Amino acid sequence: MPESPEHTITREEVAHLADLARIDLTDTELDHLAPQLSVILESIASIQGVAGDDVPPTSHALPLTNVFRDDVERPCLTAEEALSGAPEVEQQRFKVPHILGDEQ
Amino acid sequence: MGVVTETLLSYDDVLAQFDPALGLEVHVELNTATKMFCGCPTEFGAEPNTQTCPTCLGLPGSMPVVNAKAVEAAIRIGLALNCEIASWCRFARKNYFYPDMPKNFQTSQYDEPIAFNGSMDVEVDGETYRVGIERAHMEEDTGKSTHIGTSGRIHGADYSLVDYNRAGIPLIEIVTKPVLGTGAKAPEVARAYVAQLRDLLLGLGVSDVRMEQGSLRCDVNLSLAPRGADELGTRTETKNVNSLRSVERATRYEMQRHAAILAGGSTILQETRHWHEDTGITTSGREKSDADDYRYFPEPDLVPVAPSREWVEQLRVELPEPPHERRARLQALWGFSDLEMRDTVGAGALGLVEETIAAGASPQAARKWWLGELARRANEAEVELPQVGVSPADVARVQALVDEGTLNDKLARQVLDGLLAGEGTPDEIVAARGLAIVSDEGALSAAVDNAIAAAPDVAAKIRDGKVAAAGALIGAVMKEMRGQADANRVRELILERLT
Amino acid sequence: MTGEGAAGPARSVRATAADLSAALDEGRTTSVEVTRAHLDRIAEVDGDVHAFLHVDAEGALIAAAESDERRAAGRTWSALDGIPIAVKDVMATRGLPTTCGSHILEGWVPPYDATVVARLRGAGLPILGKTNMDEFAMGSSTEHSAFGPTHNPWDLTRIPGGSGGGSAAAVAAYEAPLAIGTDTGGSIRQPGAVTGTVGVKPTYGGVSRYGLVALANSLDQAGPVTRTVLDAALLHEVIGGHDPLDSTSIEQQLPALVDAARRGADGDLTGVRIGVVRELGGEGYQTGVLARFEESVELMTKAGAEVVEVSCPHFVHALATYYLILPAEASSNLARFDAMRYGLRVTPGGDPSAEDVMRATREAGFGDEVKRRIILGTYALSSGYYDAYYGQAQKVRTLVTRDFEAAFEQADVLVSPTAPTTAFKIGEKVDDPLAMYLNDLATIPANLSGVPGISIPSGLADEDGLPAGVQILAPAMADDRVYRVGAAMEALLVQEWGGRLLDEAPELTSRGGSPLASSGTEWES
Repeated sequence: MPESPEHTITREEVAHLADLARIDLTDTELDHLAPQLSVILESIASIQGVAGDDVPPTSHALPLTNVFRDDVERPCLTAEEALSGAPEVEQQRFKVPHILGDEQ
Repeated sequence: MGVVTETLLSYDDVLAQFDPALGLEVHVELNTATKMFCGCPTEFGAEPNTQTCPTCLGLPGSMPVVNAKAVEAAIRIGLALNCEIASWCRFARKNYFYPDMPKNFQTSQYDEPIAFNGSMDVEVDGETYRVGIERAHMEEDTGKSTHIGTSGRIHGADYSLVDYNRAGIPLIEIVTKPVLGTGAKAPEVARAYVAQLRDLLLGLGVSDVRMEQGSLRCDVNLSLAPRGADELGTRTETKNVNSLRSVERATRYEMQRHAAILAGGSTILQETRHWHEDTGITTSGREKSDADDYRYFPEPDLVPVAPSREWVEQLRVELPEPPHERRARLQALWGFSDLEMRDTVGAGALGLVEETIAAGASPQAARKWWLGELARRANEAEVELPQVGVSPADVARVQALVDEGTLNDKLARQVLDGLLAGEGTPDEIVAARGLAIVSDEGALSAAVDNAIAAAPDVAAKIRDGKVAAAGALIGAVMKEMRGQADANRVRELILERLT
Repeated sequence: MTGEGAAGPARSVRATAADLSAALDEGRTTSVEVTRAHLDRIAEVDGDVHAFLHVDAEGALIAAAESDERRAAGRTWSALDGIPIAVKDVMATRGLPTTCGSHILEGWVPPYDATVVARLRGAGLPILGKTNMDEFAMGSSTEHSAFGPTHNPWDLTRIPGGSGGGSAAAVAAYEAPLAIGTDTGGSIRQPGAVTGTVGVKPTYGGVSRYGLVALANSLDQAGPVTRTVLDAALLHEVIGGHDPLDSTSIEQQLPALVDAARRGADGDLTGVRIGVVRELGGEGYQTGVLARFEESVELMTKAGAEVVEVSCPHFVHALATYYLILPAEASSNLARFDAMRYGLRVTPGGDPSAEDVMRATREAGFGDEVKRRIILGTYALSSGYYDAYYGQAQKVRTLVTRDFEAAFEQADVLVSPTAPTTAFKIGEKVDDPLAMYLNDLATIPANLSGVPGISIPSGLADEDGLPAGVQILAPAMADDRVYRVGAAMEALLVQEWGGRLLDEAPELTSRGGSPLASSGTEWES
């Protein structure tokens, strides 16, 4: 794990990130994005070192805890509503192209 | 793609050269009324996509709210596994794309599990192995894909159909620390751990723990290291190990497969493997890679879970009796020998026997049914004992019919056939199949007379005091009565006439 | 001030929601009449402004008719019953298309209502339609909408701010008296500033986010877009309050906001401590914007406020912090748009797998800015970089919050210019993401810490004659303070100008067809 990352993103890195994010970027986009993201990263990298180890991170704007609901049923959508936006439906299920990856 | 036939090393050779390290990851579906983060019901077997809402479908704008009952169940499981319970923990997003996961991230827990650092003692053949529990954390289940195409499997499918009824059902993932020092017993320890965990969860009442319905799912991690080595070897993670038998078989298979590769001078690929129950082998899934960069970060739509110490202590006090204490108590109560008790536990029949006794059977009768006839039938059907298709109440009733003389053992087995065929209650089956023992003395006496007349030589032997010869006559009478007679009464009638 | 001739918008569309409410109560008009007038106005000017992505004339008129029936029966549901409203297209609306300004959601009709929308319906407000926005709320100009930009009613060649430019422009162009916006880094307040309208970002957790299509969950907050502070308070009270469907919703009751706005309207600020944030001004801020801001501060001093300068040293890091947290959360939120369950599906040639379809759809369905931020967020969350970027940003967030806490010990409210510049030309910054990001310089700190803020018009910049805004921030849960001080400032400024700033806006010329003639009803009470 690099201690202090370089504030540039290479074309290859952008391609890898796009792969993780499941976006088929075109070559032109890859060419364009790498320098653009490097500029952005350069400017936002300024925050490194701003907060020391003693500063706790804030993940939530308000310090709430233990927000629960009772284990009580609420009305569901009908299957018709659930499937209303589906590009394709078969046997009351969402029809999707064949899946390459392994089940997790 | 995986090689279908693998070279395996004989089990004895494996153990001569290597020490196994086991790791078990068990996913338990909780039996809460509603899902982890929304109010949709969790019932198994509903029509597809009828138990969904914007949240568990991951519709844009929807938000999760934590089910209090699921948190309570997670804490109780943690306590029962002797874990520490976090005083503050968060949910995190595990980001990866998969069509059965509506948001393309799973709301799970990452470096802050609700329960951690526990243990469970597992008994195999009278020896106790301590299995360390790394963590138990809360997460949500995915939807269910059906792969359409000639193969019926994911590979080679034409397309898939997704039902999101299961998406969002609460899961607790229980992860062990590496289990070392089990040697040859590794497969049995793995099986016993899962069996005992299942009993513990059943005792807690937090899950249906039905492996065949997927409410308890197991992944087996295994690595081998040369005997005496300090470091662990490269591990594989075998998925889809969904019965107790499979846990044992898959562990054994992977040990033999690893050993053959290592002994041949090759190295183990760190990968996911799939267990195939039908063929009894594992095949290669996917390699671990940076595609496993899950980009975890705290779930911003949920606030931290901070169980108060009072709540945790209250739940601790209310825990049911721990399994080992329960076993000791039941053994004393039932008067079982150590061997009988061990067999009962080993067969996963403790709860079944207990329920059968509660329904009126004697301890020995209950044990005899479950470990004898029913275990045989479960084995034939390749199902776990609880899924054999006969309830403890039915077993108790069948035994009662035997005790009152309505059935003999042979007829009782025919009643079981009826139960398995779904013909109704034991009494209905007795009536419908006409199985009751004939108690009409007239018919019985006539049959006895016929048998004596038909075998004068046997009758003569009995008259001469060779009472053991009565067996042949009893057989003839039973045959004439089509089995529906009380053999003891037949014997009495024969002896009355000839002695 | 502009007159009321046939060239101007019908008078009912110029009335504030508070005035319309009074007119409805007194039987001087009906909801159907008011709603129809706004629909007519939309038909008249929206071809030029393009504030709306979808107009639901039929639904709005049905809701209006029902409101009129309720009123006739003496059973109105709220102070705003019958007053039409426009909703930013980021809110799920049952039966009404919801696109978030993106091709990837084109044609999606949600089977459910956002809580805010359900509350609007439950309070009897007819929904006119859905307003334009930067795609998934990523932007400060509404130029990143997949459906074309919205034009600033003050100058149609200029941007109306963003991401909620559609809501602000709709209100500024009298197409709607009220609108709903969402503010992740300034998307309600900055459009308010550059269109001469009022926008409020409530305390985080004060208004439910359920049904708001998340950009950055820990920063997003929905709020009112209006022409007056009182209208904003009225709307805020309708949409605010605890929602069990949003785990981050605050349980405590909202302070009385309408009361605070009414109290503030007397223009008296005696005893109020106003903190001018040193770091939110100076370099990077347009001269005319700063001049109007300074005048506003002077007016407050005259009105009895005690003005102090406060320093929030970590605010200089707020922008960088924001541009790490937002893309990270957004990259995860937007993963669900994968062509499997709803929205666009692009099927490439051959025998494509689900993965191929996802990649092709996301490539075709997302715009440049969205892709940019998804890649950036994916990077910020990647193993190896998490601690250096996302982790560090979360820590700086703590420091920004500490700055606020210290500042609020010295002052009851903090003030600054809302946006560093007035509205720029459409196309001027669209290819320069960093320049675009600077628009949110002053508004972002409030989102990082969850505090409430309001933007009200501060006047026109001398150099371009375009509106500027002043921002008032208060501690979390003290939303009443932004209404009280905001209403006071508004009263002082309106008194100074002799009318509302929006009255200075040029008339939008009709594209044929004359505006609906007013019935002669008096609107101002």
